[in-house]
Amino acid sequence: MSDAVETDRRLLTVTDLRTTFSIAAGDVQAVRGVSFALDRGRTLGIVGESGCGKTVLARSIMRLNLGSNVTTTGTAEFAGRDLLSLPMADMHEMWGMELAMVFQDPMTSLNPLVRVGRQVTEHLRQHLGVGRAEAARTAVDLLNEVRIPEPEARLKAYPHELSGGMRQRICIAIALACEPALLFADEPTTALDVTVQHQILNLLGREQRERDMAMVLVTHDLGVVAGRTDDTLVMYAGMVVEQAPTGSLFEEMRHPYSEALLRSLPRTSQVSHTRLAAITGRPPDLIDPPSGCAFSPRCPYVQPRCREEVPPLSAVDDPDHRFACWTPVGSPEGMAAFARNVAEGLPQAVAVDLTAPSSTGSGGAS
Amino acid sequence: MGTFIAKRLVRLVGTLLAVSFLTFLLVNLLPGDAINALIPIDAQQDREFVEQIREEWGLNDPMLVRYGRWLGDAVQGDFGDSIVTSRTVSSEIFHRLPVTAELMLVTVGLSVMLAIPLGVMAAYREGTRLDQVISGIAQVFLSIPGFVAGLLFIYVFAMKLGWLPATGWNRLSNGLLDNLRTVILPALSLALIEIAVYTRVVRSDVMNTLQEDFVLSARAKGLSDRYILFRHCLRPSSLTLITVVGLNIGTLLGGTVVVEFLFAMPGLGKRLLDAIFQRDFMMIQGITVFVATIYVLVNTAVDLIYMLVDPRIRKAD
Amino acid sequence: MPLFTRLCLGWLVAIVFGAIFADLIPGLQDPNYQGFLFGTSATNEPPSLTHLLGTDNNSRDILARIVYGARVSLVVSMTAVIMGTVCGGFLGALVGFVRGKTDAMIMASVDVILAFPGLVLLLTVVTLLGRRDLLVIATVVGFLSIPPYTRVARATALAVSRREFVMAARAIGTRKRTILIREILPNCLPTLMAFALVNAAVIILLEGALAFLGLSVQPPTASWGNMINAARVDLRINVWPAVWPSLALVFTVYSLNVVGDHIRRSKAVRSAAL
Ligand SMILES: Nc1ncnc2c1ncn2[C@@H]1O[C@H](COP(=O)(O)OP(=O)(O)O)[C@@H](O)[C@H]1O
Ligand code: SF4
Ligand SMILES: [Mg+2]
Repeated sequence: MSDAVETDRRLLTVTDLRTTFSIAAGDVQAVRGVSFALDRGRTLGIVGESGCGKTVLARSIMRLNLGSNVTTTGTAEFAGRDLLSLPMADMHEMWGMELAMVFQDPMTSLNPLVRVGRQVTEHLRQHLGVGRAEAARTAVDLLNEVRIPEPEARLKAYPHELSGGMRQRICIAIALACEPALLFADEPTTALDVTVQHQILNLLGREQRERDMAMVLVTHDLGVVAGRTDDTLVMYAGMVVEQAPTGSLFEEMRHPYSEALLRSLPRTSQVSHTRLAAITGRPPDLIDPPSGCAFSPRCPYVQPRCREEVPPLSAVDDPDHRFACWTPVGSPEGMAAFARNVAEGLPQAVAVDLTAPSSTGSGGAS
Repeated sequence: MGTFIAKRLVRLVGTLLAVSFLTFLLVNLLPGDAINALIPIDAQQDREFVEQIREEWGLNDPMLVRYGRWLGDAVQGDFGDSIVTSRTVSSEIFHRLPVTAELMLVTVGLSVMLAIPLGVMAAYREGTRLDQVISGIAQVFLSIPGFVAGLLFIYVFAMKLGWLPATGWNRLSNGLLDNLRTVILPALSLALIEIAVYTRVVRSDVMNTLQEDFVLSARAKGLSDRYILFRHCLRPSSLTLITVVGLNIGTLLGGTVVVEFLFAMPGLGKRLLDAIFQRDFMMIQGITVFVATIYVLVNTAVDLIYMLVDPRIRKAD
Repeated sequence: MPLFTRLCLGWLVAIVFGAIFADLIPGLQDPNYQGFLFGTSATNEPPSLTHLLGTDNNSRDILARIVYGARVSLVVSMTAVIMGTVCGGFLGALVGFVRGKTDAMIMASVDVILAFPGLVLLLTVVTLLGRRDLLVIATVVGFLSIPPYTRVARATALAVSRREFVMAARAIGTRKRTILIREILPNCLPTLMAFALVNAAVIILLEGALAFLGLSVQPPTASWGNMINAARVDLRINVWPAVWPSLALVFTVYSLNVVGDHIRRSKAVRSAAL
């Protein structure tokens, strides 16, 4: 990833980003040192259980974490400028124009008391000084683009008059209006009916390709990123635990947490977001995170070292495939640790052993 | 929506009937007979004369009959004659109404114009010094009744500085400026509490709205803070504000009585007071029913406006 | 509780005690003693050791009149609060719980009374009654306070009736009367109490306005409103007789609002209102 051509295409470089919320109970360390890079026209999936800091990460990069109790450190260089130290006035220029975001719930991310038409074009008008008539034309084009039938009528409607899928298409149209270079889609399909989830994801993919736009697709569902993103980043407790081109990741999951996520994916059923509880235990407390590897309280491969030292995010064979684990999935040490844990009756190991005797990690154990 | 309006109108008529009946009941059941106002107490020794007057004014009919007669006239705009001045009650109301209406309009207008920016600013800067100052001032204003504020303003602006007249009234037809000079102090006196109430409503409402997802998405679109506050957040809050203004009209109507008394303004409130001091029952009854009717009408109008502004209600039936 | 709220609470306590034990306060003068008639003091005296806040235009001691005037505010507001919580609270909780025809009827009457602007109705009733001693004023204000409390209690009772413990009690066949007394009423009380504090402020302002119009308790009985009204005439000569009762009134209402807001914000009330 270091040749000159690629550096030229480089759009976003995030380095050691950390975000903390100070609340009465203490400091919530929602993001704890995340680094990654994204090229123009490429897509990155960010995956992890709910509460692991995906939304906070995306909003931190976009400087959209509201409130006076938030601290963000690190850098997020976007086209050569560090977003995190940009004056607010410049951020206002970035928002909508260069950076855009599609939110999780299209029911609430549109103002219920404002007609769709104004919401689709108001930023266009404010940013580019576009006149009313031209804005209206653009709005029709945009709605056609996101495949909304009868755009003229829809523009006059209020949000509650449209279906959920339709509203999310509107949100996408809004995000695309000023041709941003980078789009964050934060769980864009989680709140939607399963039947429209694919349509929306396909729409996002098509727009991203056609516009040569970079996209960060945030989801708790590994199934959503599979085949849809170039790279994938798996997050746990505010940190990156595994990072690889999506293809290699699905070929060979090295981090026990990624493996657990994959295992919790339903193979046949479409109901995807109800099954994550299948990972034994609960996400850690972010005010006082566990020492050593954050996944150690729930990891089937855990061994004493894991509880003491934080494993670094590093590559072993494939330089593009990095993970943070002392005894990665598939390694002899890992299998040995797993067998030992099963023998000792460690719940998370036993659970894996019983429910999925044939899955990747348990080969040596049964 | 049609059925909603119809239901609301039926309820309106019911309330108005009940209000007028209650007033009539009060005026007629309570001690202190209207006869006292018609004939001096010492002249009441003459039983025959008293009876004759009672007959003449219909005071001997059963109460329901009298109510029916009074109501029948009232819906045609005839509230009877003042027992004291012999002018018709409705002509007096008609004559006095513009003063009170202007006083209330100026008060509400002034208050809304000040409260919206104050409330929005306090909400936008929630928890900062600015918010504390605005909320603190609102809390103080909330505790200053119109007669205290009015007295203070008279003392400062009329007596000490001599900028404005302490009492009196100039009709609008005498020139806008002269008219404003007489309305500004009374309106300000009433406005303090209104400003406080509205500011608090706008602040807490906008604060809630700022938590909404659509505000975040508006920010992500790069809209300016000012645009988001006034074009996105104020809309939902304005619905609450309209309701509160409507509900507060009751207190405000009470306030006009006090302020018109203090500033010697020839409005409805002052007329009601005069009637009270003169024990002019027809007048009391007429003005009370009229004022309550206005209040009920305003609140019905508010309900309907609410429905027109909120598309979610407008569609749902 | 923040220091400032405590100060406000302290003021309220002082006012209540002063009003109740006015006769026992050492050195406090007779509020109706007109010194100039006996050559012991003049009208419109500035503050001095004998008259801490000076005298009014009838040479009466202003401090004494404020302390005794607090009685009127206290009696009227307490009557309103008690009649409101007891009658209005019970009525509202009852109809909010049983619903049906009773509810519709009671609330219709409540709506009618609330359709009158408060002061206008109060004015009319007080005038028509023809008598204006403290008992009459307090009773009228008390009766007129029932509807707003009914409305608040009903709304709370509606919410409480939907909560699990009430559902559970119903499911196991507990008698309605028992549920009303054991569950509904106690759960309405915190909300009513918070409302009562704010309402007391409203009532004090209302009585103040009535007295200012000369239609509350008959002079020479002191009340803050009629003190302000009496001082109004001589404002140009001496403002202080108007200033002191105004301050007393404003401070008291302010303190009630501050303490009321504090209680409303506290968790107990909020959770009970859910
Ligand atoms: N404004 C906030 N104040 C305190 N904690 C927060 C705030 N926003 C998010 N968090 C915490 O940060 C963590 C990460 O949240 P989030 O990024 O929303 O997770 P997700 O991966 O589901 O998007 C959670 O534990 C959440 O409780
Ligand atoms: S094996 Fe150890 S280091 Fe690896 S994920 Fe499990 S606990 Fe963490
Ligand atoms: Mg999220």
